[in-house]
Amino acid sequence: MADLKPRMPLESLLPMEASGVRVREVDLGALTLVMPYRERDAALSDALEAAQGLRWPEPGRMTGTTGRGILWFGRAQAMLIGMAPEGGLEDHAAVADQSDGWAVVEIEGDRAAEALARLTPVDLRPGVFEIRHTARTELGHMAASLTRTGKATYLVMVFRAFAHTLVHELGIALQGVAARGGR
Amino acid sequence: MRLPCPICGERDRREFYYAGHAVALERPQEGAGAEAWDYYVHNRDNPCGETRDLWFHESGCGAWIVVTRDTASHAVLGAVLAEEAAR
Repeated sequence: MADLKPRMPLESLLPMEASGVRVREVDLGALTLVMPYRERDAALSDALEAAQGLRWPEPGRMTGTTGRGILWFGRAQAMLIGMAPEGGLEDHAAVADQSDGWAVVEIEGDRAAEALARLTPVDLRPGVFEIRHTARTELGHMAASLTRTGKATYLVMVFRAFAHTLVHELGIALQGVAARGGR
Repeated sequence: MRLPCPICGERDRREFYYAGHAVALERPQEGAGAEAWDYYVHNRDNPCGETRDLWFHESGCGAWIVVTRDTASHAVLGAVLAEEAAR
């Protein structure tokens, strides 16, 4: 029998640090994409609250935390993080396990937004993109999910197949920030 | 250029895929004559002024939206979800 060992998508590539910005891999645990059927949004939100104590997030927001929460993930889509999809969600929505499908990093530091702004068109100014705000966007031409989880902390998710590209793009962005010096 | 996605708010044009005039929302009914289908498939207006286009928020939320804009002034006047415009 082969002895299979789980490997995180980025374990040989991170952490990295430049310009006081730290990039590390995050293990979000179970990831479940939930897509409500037509007109079943309210029933789904009720089922989630009964089973998990968390309601369906508004567009561009997350409920709970990145340890255990629900991340808005697009039109009529949200990602359950760190919880089993219990409570009969299948009655109201299409439910798909994507735990192994995403490479996830946390980017932290005063100049983190400056580095991300080199890669994404989202308006990251603190008064616009606030803590617990999330966006589906592109990051260096990769489809990504971008969430502000703290004052200077961001969570970035890309498809696992883009793990190397993500680290490459972030590395170049951080080099660019470093080259500009402090403000 | 920034487009006002009804779900995400104002977002950069590069997140969107352009699908041309919103004619797909006015597909002829079954049994419509050849003339109606000919017009639907081949003919497009080329307005100087207000126009309605379909855009797909491809690397954003994934919604199809109908954007009203002015081809003369380049002003973007508004947007609604295509699923609502089609009702």
